Amino acid sequence: MRWLALSVSLVLLATVPFWVASDYYVNIASQILLYAVFALGLNVLVGYTGLVSLGHAGLFGIAAYAGAIFINGGADHLIAILGALAATLLAAAVFAVLTLRGTGLGFVMITVALGQIVWGVAYRWISLTNGDNGVSITSRPAPFGLSLATAPGFYWATLLVFLAAVVTIAIFVGSPFGASLRGTRDQPRRMNALGYHVWMIRFLAFLFSGLWSGVAGMLFLYYNQFVSPQVVALGASAEALLMVIAGGTGTLLGPIAGAALVVMKNVASAYISRWNLVLGAIFVTIVIFMPEGLVPGSVRLWRWAVDRLHPRDVEPGRGARQKSGA
Amino acid sequence: MNLWLVLAGNSVAFGGLLFLLSAGFSLIFGLMRIPNLTHGSLSMIGAYFGTSLIAAGCGFWAAAIAAGIGVAILGGLIERLLLRRLPGAELAQVLVTLGLSFMIADLCLMGWGGDPIEIATPPVLRGATLIAGVAFPTYRVAVITVATVIASGLWVLLERTRLGAMIRAGVDDPAMARVVGIRVSRLFTIVFCLGAGLAGFAGVIGGPILSVYPGLDQDMLPLALVVVILGGSGSLVGSFVGSFVVGFLYNFGQAMLPELAYVVLFLPMLIVLVLRPQGLFGRAAP
Repeated sequence: MRWLALSVSLVLLATVPFWVASDYYVNIASQILLYAVFALGLNVLVGYTGLVSLGHAGLFGIAAYAGAIFINGGADHLIAILGALAATLLAAAVFAVLTLRGTGLGFVMITVALGQIVWGVAYRWISLTNGDNGVSITSRPAPFGLSLATAPGFYWATLLVFLAAVVTIAIFVGSPFGASLRGTRDQPRRMNALGYHVWMIRFLAFLFSGLWSGVAGMLFLYYNQFVSPQVVALGASAEALLMVIAGGTGTLLGPIAGAALVVMKNVASAYISRWNLVLGAIFVTIVIFMPEGLVPGSVRLWRWAVDRLHPRDVEPGRGARQKSGA
Repeated sequence: MNLWLVLAGNSVAFGGLLFLLSAGFSLIFGLMRIPNLTHGSLSMIGAYFGTSLIAAGCGFWAAAIAAGIGVAILGGLIERLLLRRLPGAELAQVLVTLGLSFMIADLCLMGWGGDPIEIATPPVLRGATLIAGVAFPTYRVAVITVATVIASGLWVLLERTRLGAMIRAGVDDPAMARVVGIRVSRLFTIVFCLGAGLAGFAGVIGGPILSVYPGLDQDMLPLALVVVILGGSGSLVGSFVGSFVVGFLYNFGQAMLPELAYVVLFLPMLIVLVLRPQGLFGRAAP
């Protein structure tokens, strides 16, 4: 059943360019996937490690800016991608060392400060980042001679990266290391007493999360062929966090659903002028009435409904948590 | 030489404005343990209220006070109807304030449009005043005066009244304050109203200097955050000193290192967070 659902959704995802009406919608699908990579990466930290970051757009943006600067400096695409990811990992390591001095709200505040510093540099250090005008690049890469310049081409490349992200993150959180990650989230002192190096576990989770944020940042750069300070503003970090929390923290499907929700909002905002209002209202409603997020929340509602119809059909003790293997 | 004096004067005036904005933020942070991310939005909606009141023929100061009261009521509603539903869940409360800030920003855009609105300086305060031989805009002197008066008022409220003693008890140890019979949840409402009201008032007072525009909320919130982190949450002295430090950092940073102005602003906050998480004047968490 599960494999069937998985194969059907894979086939659907792979054939998007054939069954949607136009390139416009293919591009929206690419955007959803690239933001899903970002949200999945952030979720490693927020959902599985219990550390809420409001500065992740900084890492996303560092990758995009570094990539753009390398490319405009004449570097090959492969070199630019590797260089951008190396820069992101380095930045993530610095972020982690500073932020992990605090937990809870302290951690959140330090991530805000770091995100704002990155934004300040992007906005004001005009000789490096061209300030408010942003940086453009002129080409997308063409790996193995396949051009990514068309909408379907770019979509498939993004899909591959997205699938790599899903699989890697599923393996990561399902591994014994993933279990120790959840351990440090729920019982840091007990984990410490058991001999786990809590700080190192969090540090590695931060690096892993930062790496995928950087990958998403590079996808963003190639998608738009442009990056500006908007990308690293506090609002962008908040939006990423919204994706994770709206969809459901600590699940694999949640951030993907959340990314779809936020991208739909950005697309719809071209047609419906009051979308920020709706977004804020959705946000408040989710936090107050469905604090576990849309995906686990809907699963709970669905089980509850099934339970009402066929009282004996649901095994007791099967919570929303078993979704995480999907 | 003159330039530096003018810059210093502007820094002090900006610091006074920041104090009006961040004193409430600091109290809310100290008592309720949440960074209230609607604070910038409350200030902005207060400023917009002010522009409408002034357009309707209200005097400047009356408009500022009325806007403050209006925003205080709005803050009270937010606390009672939304934050109250999430007791003890700080993270959820922060997220609700974030969602609300999106909503308020959009409502302001809907109500007052996207063009910046100037608030005219009250006629009495136009022109310049000579202080120690340097010409200085009179309105900025007035802002410093108002900030000082309000700071003194808050100090008296916090240090010399029964309510202030209860708030201080709540900031220091909410659990123990509850045990001795203080209704901390009622303090939450009072402090939230007070903080929101000050933010709304500050929005109007800042109007003649900054004008009122969409995005004012996002410009002011990080500044309030820096002030409170530097000064220490829940500490009035901390936010007073922090405001002027940030006022100087902001103005001198813009003038001397324009490329790194925001780094100059946020780096001290980062250093304080890392080395002294409770802020310069805050007390360590129990």
